[in-house]
Amino acid sequence: MIIGKTNRTDNWWFEPLWTGIGFFAFVIYTTWAMLQANYYWWDAGANGFGGYLSPFYSPLIFINPLAQGSAPMDHSWFGFWPEWWPSLIPASPAILILAGPLSFRMTCYYYRKFYYRAYFMSPVACAVKGVSQKHYKGETALLIFQNLHRYTLYIALGFVVILSYDAILGFFRNGQLGIGVGSIILLINPILLAGYAFGCHAFRHLSGGKLDCFSCPSGKQKIRYKLWKGVSWLNGEHMLWAWASMIWVAFADIYVRMVAMGNWTDFNTWGY
Amino acid sequence: MRNFRIFRGDKSGGKMLDYQIEVDKGMVVLDAIHRIQTEQANDLAVRWNCKAGKCGSCSVEINGIPKLSCMTRMNEYGPEETVSIRPLKTFPIMKDLVTDVLWNYEQNKKIVPFTPDPNLKNKNGDYVMMQEDIDRIQEFRKCIECFLCQNVCHILRDQGKKDKFVGPRFMIQLAGLEMHPLDTQDRIPAIKEKFGSGMCNITRCCTDVCPEHIQITDNAIIPLKERVVDRFYDPVIWLWRKLFRRKSV
Ligand code: SF4
Ligand code: SF4
Ligand code: FES
Ligand code: FES
Repeated sequence: MIIGKTNRTDNWWFEPLWTGIGFFAFVIYTTWAMLQANYYWWDAGANGFGGYLSPFYSPLIFINPLAQGSAPMDHSWFGFWPEWWPSLIPASPAILILAGPLSFRMTCYYYRKFYYRAYFMSPVACAVKGVSQKHYKGETALLIFQNLHRYTLYIALGFVVILSYDAILGFFRNGQLGIGVGSIILLINPILLAGYAFGCHAFRHLSGGKLDCFSCPSGKQKIRYKLWKGVSWLNGEHMLWAWASMIWVAFADIYVRMVAMGNWTDFNTWGY
Repeated sequence: MRNFRIFRGDKSGGKMLDYQIEVDKGMVVLDAIHRIQTEQANDLAVRWNCKAGKCGSCSVEINGIPKLSCMTRMNEYGPEETVSIRPLKTFPIMKDLVTDVLWNYEQNKKIVPFTPDPNLKNKNGDYVMMQEDIDRIQEFRKCIECFLCQNVCHILRDQGKKDKFVGPRFMIQLAGLEMHPLDTQDRIPAIKEKFGSGMCNITRCCTDVCPEHIQITDNAIIPLKERVVDRFYDPVIWLWRKLFRRKSV
């Protein structure tokens, strides 16, 4: 049995290839950025309320103030970096939180489609022979945990709130309202994440999809019907939201990192 | 002159044979097959009926992609390109391009028919529904039973699990009943066990090939999977049901 055996004559391998490479690149960059444990914050040394925080590093559970480009201590939820932390692992706030958004994406119905195709090759493309499993069990055995996707949605909704707060933070420097290129980048980030999370299939189900009747017993439409319609509308472009939000979150980290390292200049109204 | 390569044979085997014919403007692949049948191969077996994309009989695999031959225009292919036509892979071949799709009708028989509650009739003896409650279901009613989705689904096509999964066409059938505002059957346990909703890994090939553009995976299978989660996998709902002995949340 040959993988990739097909009678198709078109470029069926193109989609699994670019999605496979694209996501792999994201994972490599995210892992690298997470292990850096530095340059995730920029406020031009101004302190006070406001600054740019890389979304990979938000929320800041603990902060190691000795790291280059780290946030001021008052942004930490629980204070100083713990002393018991093993020295082999970088003291990176990103390590503590990235599993949340990652679990959301990895159990997303769209990502499942893409990686079952591109990585598991089950099937690699339609009407193309994939890896054939003698005892194919779909999502009933090893992959049964995918059924808990809705719980990762709850986590992601928390991140929408946190990253929205970070977006507001991005419009201040030392308590002064203003706007910079970074503010806009950090504002778009939670918007894309919200578009992705609110179009989630699990959310579509919870918002109203689980009902058999939207207008029973009164014959009048319920609010949940309208909600479900809205979620369905977002859900129609779920793949687009998934990629846009993923690329953007990485880009936002690159931007904050570059500005914090002094490689890029942040154009803004504060003038410093 | 255009070159065609068509499967000729039956269940004991066969081979791809080449045919050259003239193709006129506006022809679809089924027209070409008919011309070959008329001019060169009178015994070529092909199933068709409406030539309008509505009967679902003419499903074949054209250059490896499952399609309705009556809805595939010849100008989709380059002037020099050989067009290969094969029968559906997932079902047993009867002769040439004709396969035996009986298995699908057998699946249909396993599904408990629509069971409305007679008490819900109004005083004229009619069932009344609001349009917004059946919009979703009407999408599934567009199905023409071409079985292209059944053919392309890798569970049936490559993994050989016809005994474990009923296939996308019948998942939409089940979804249409499960989501029906008047249906009284509890279908969720059967959807999970007997019909195998967990076998589908939502890779969406069924949706990709459906000539009626039914969003099979997004609008039928995933919503059913979520309903199965409510019933069987969600730990909080499970606890809630245990504590308050309620059927739903
Ligand atoms: S989405 Fe599910 S039902 Fe549709 S083709 Fe893929 S595995 Fe089969
Ligand atoms: S769902 Fe679409 S592909 Fe499947 S049998 Fe119906 S019309 Fe054909
Ligand atoms: S289905 Fe994609 S996020 Fe839930
Ligand atoms: S002949 Fe009826 S759908 Fe093609």
